[in-house]
Amino acid sequence: MGKKPAQTDILQGTLDMLILQLLAPGAAHGHTIAYAIERRSEEVLLVEHGSLYPALHRLEDRGWIASFWGTSENNRKARYYRLTPSGRKQLSVEMSRWERVVRAVNQVLRPAEE
Amino acid sequence: MSWRRFLKRRWWDDERAREIAAYLETETADNIARGMPPAEAAAAARRKFGNPGLVREEIYRMNTIGWLESTWQDLRYGMRTLRLSPGFAAVAIVSLALGIGANTAIFQLLDAIRLRSLPVQNPRELAEMKIVGGNQGMGLNQQYGELTRPLWELIRDKHQAFSGTFAWSANQRCIGRGSEMRHFNQLLVSGEFFRVLGVQPFRGRLLGPRDEGACPASAAVASYAYWQSELGGRDLSSGIKLFADNSLVQIVGITPPEFFGMAVGDSFDLALPLCQPKDGLRRDIFEVSVMGRLKPGWTIERASAAMAVLSPGIFEATVPPGRDPRTDRMYKHFRLAAYPASTGVSGARETYDESLWLLLAITGLVLLIACANLANLMLARASARGREIAVRLALGASRGRLLRQLLAESGLLAGIGCGLGIALSQTLCRLLLWSVSPEGQPVELRIVTDWRVLLYASAAAVLSCVIFGALPALRASNSSPATAMKAGGRGMTAGRERFSLQRAMVIAQISVSLLLLVGALLFVRSFRNLLLFSPGMRESGITSAFLGYWQSNQPPDRWMAFERELLTEIQNTPGVLSAATTTNVPLSGGSWQHGIHAGDKEGLSKFTWVSPDYFATMGIPVIRGRGLTQNDTSTSQRVAVVNEMLARRMFNGADPIGKTLRTAPEPNYPSTIYEVVGVIPDTKYDDIQGEMPPQTLAPASQFPAQGPWASVMIRSNLPPDALIAVIKRKLARNHPDVVTEFRDFQRGIRDGLMAERMMATVSGFFGLLAALLAMVGLYGVISFLVARRRNEIGIRLALGAERGQVVAMVMREAARLLAIGVVTGVALSLLAGRGAGSLLFGLRPYDPLTLVTAALLLALIAAVASFLPARRASKLNPMVALRDE
Repeated sequence: MGKKPAQTDILQGTLDMLILQLLAPGAAHGHTIAYAIERRSEEVLLVEHGSLYPALHRLEDRGWIASFWGTSENNRKARYYRLTPSGRKQLSVEMSRWERVVRAVNQVLRPAEE
Repeated sequence: MSWRRFLKRRWWDDERAREIAAYLETETADNIARGMPPAEAAAAARRKFGNPGLVREEIYRMNTIGWLESTWQDLRYGMRTLRLSPGFAAVAIVSLALGIGANTAIFQLLDAIRLRSLPVQNPRELAEMKIVGGNQGMGLNQQYGELTRPLWELIRDKHQAFSGTFAWSANQRCIGRGSEMRHFNQLLVSGEFFRVLGVQPFRGRLLGPRDEGACPASAAVASYAYWQSELGGRDLSSGIKLFADNSLVQIVGITPPEFFGMAVGDSFDLALPLCQPKDGLRRDIFEVSVMGRLKPGWTIERASAAMAVLSPGIFEATVPPGRDPRTDRMYKHFRLAAYPASTGVSGARETYDESLWLLLAITGLVLLIACANLANLMLARASARGREIAVRLALGASRGRLLRQLLAESGLLAGIGCGLGIALSQTLCRLLLWSVSPEGQPVELRIVTDWRVLLYASAAAVLSCVIFGALPALRASNSSPATAMKAGGRGMTAGRERFSLQRAMVIAQISVSLLLLVGALLFVRSFRNLLLFSPGMRESGITSAFLGYWQSNQPPDRWMAFERELLTEIQNTPGVLSAATTTNVPLSGGSWQHGIHAGDKEGLSKFTWVSPDYFATMGIPVIRGRGLTQNDTSTSQRVAVVNEMLARRMFNGADPIGKTLRTAPEPNYPSTIYEVVGVIPDTKYDDIQGEMPPQTLAPASQFPAQGPWASVMIRSNLPPDALIAVIKRKLARNHPDVVTEFRDFQRGIRDGLMAERMMATVSGFFGLLAALLAMVGLYGVISFLVARRRNEIGIRLALGAERGQVVAMVMREAARLLAIGVVTGVALSLLAGRGAGSLLFGLRPYDPLTLVTAALLLALIAAVASFLPARRASKLNPMVALRDE
């Protein structure tokens, strides 16, 4: 498979969080999400756009996002995803956990600062 | 795991496929917009996305349940491979269905007559009271009658072990008047019967203590079946009255459909209360079965101990009158005990129990042969697929996964075979029951496919699947891929050890089918012996008639004269060659015996009182002295004709003519001294299978206990149906009140051979089936060996071997297998013969002729089975065989 296992295993939760975060302002379809993540993560998290789809499926299965078929900006049919209320809650849970982890790691790496 | 996801996995796969297509379209369009040529744009889009198949697969795997999916895959794969070889599948399924079906059918019968509890409340609490060791043949004994009614009344009043007790008895009585008369199965019950059993009425009320009173009884309860068939399911409130056994009774209720009484295999039509006869209860008729429901906390052992304590007092108070002191002493020493009665009592159980267990063993062996056959076929298939399996193993399939796939195929076969077998068992069961039911007297059994039967059938299926499926599968999955790929059909001759398993299977098949063939031959020959056995009297052209004149107002002192009038009318009917009355129809199961003394010797003899023409009618020659004549009257000297057995036993073989016999006294049969006037040869008495007992025949005119009925043996050269019609019409015209019943004597004898006929037919069928299966098995293995040795045979032929030599070489192989199989088979038969001895008539289980016949039959079958592949081998074109590689 094209994705690097070591990378995604660690960053799996991060990818989920990123998707939720991206959907927070409003609904988007897979193509849009893929480019957005690629841009924001500088291709670290998404080497191939295909690997986005299992993550979307998992999030949808957990009820954090919902999907519907819509028409894209250039008039094509596309599957749109939007955040559900429980997904919004999950996003804040994951954000605060992420911040805790980042703070903790930072403190280990740079104890002298502050 | 989530079933919701699992069930929607295909839908999701479609959705995701469309979504991925949408992504690729958008990306391609964007690429074109960026200025790429269309073909490059599409390729770039795909590169960007990665492998769509892998993505879909990953999502699909999230949705599915691993083991379920792969099992389903295996089953579908198995189904496809079976569909590829329909011949193999058909043979496998049919032989399994036959094997499992036959097994299940026999088990179902055993279940019905032996294992299933009575359809009453808490049957496990029921116990029956019996005399330990039985009553030693004293008094009159009815079927299922263990105790006398005076004994029952004492037990009822004195016992402590039971929360309730009841007595019941079953017999056949008449309903309706004169020529309208029909028989019905009567169940006589004590007042507490239905309450203690906990049977609830289906309609109306059941009998209770208030119905017990002076005879005749006025209330009766009908069984559901009788109510439906004979009473038309009529409403009880309209008052259904029947003329049962000479008195009018009203039907007050109906029992529930599942209640058949206490005797498994019989059924009852009407239940009447045990009423009190005007002249008191008889102490010498053992007519009732006494049962009770144990009090909470009481066991059978404790109840038996309590009954043992009560016994001396109870027996002391009920000594039958008119016996000699020795019998009285024996009677007073009887002891009562309690026996479990949860499965009721059954005559069918005693008749068929042994046969059914034997049949279960036979059908089990047939199933085993079928399994061995299938195992061989599977082994052959597995080695034909050796390369495929080797490739799979080399590509990384786990052995477990491979094993599961191979087992799925046999599991599928076993499953289909089991399903068909259960369906088949219903038909087989009914066929068997029908085959043992004499005309007009069906054996009534509730055949239900209950959990026990289903469990048994599935166990049989699983077991056979393990036998024929697991072994070949294990073998195939254990092969090392490297050798299998290398060997793949390239060997010149077949390795020996590789086929030792198949050889062992064939040997097992041959020996087991020899065993079954021996069994079949024994039972068929035993049945033939019975059919051909001469009972010492005429069988064909005889009709027996039962005449009852209790409704015709003849005073008791006219009974004997009236009987003679009826006999004369029958004798004067055109077509009747001769006719005679008798107190007992021979070979019909009835028995009548008295203790006798001759000088200082004492013994037992069967007693029959017959009219003078009896010997001529039945074709029994009087070999010494004279027969009975019209001159032997009620006032003349008491005389008797005895058989040779009696002469041997009582007179040491000396000429008994002129000597005297004295009978032991019994109620209604005072001690009498008979002068022996004639001797007849030994004849069979109550049935063909039994021995030839000592017999005494005395003149009907001197019968001390005449009742208002008679049996008449009629010899005629008319067909029985025509004769019966003529006599019936004549008697109905002259004596409309006389109840008549006719029976073809020979057919009655044949009806007594039902169990033997069943054994002969069923074991014959399975013996042939086993031989057939063994033939298929041997044919398969020899063909397979020939196919494996194609190259070798090709080389031999190319080097100048004669075709005959090739045939001989192949047949030698078959002969070796046959020889080992026959030797083990004979050993098995000798071992198993011990179990069948008591069911055989006129032969020993170690019958050499039977063993040799079976072995020859099997050798013939084996020769045919191996000759075909041997000939095919000899017809091999060496060039083709060698070039094939």
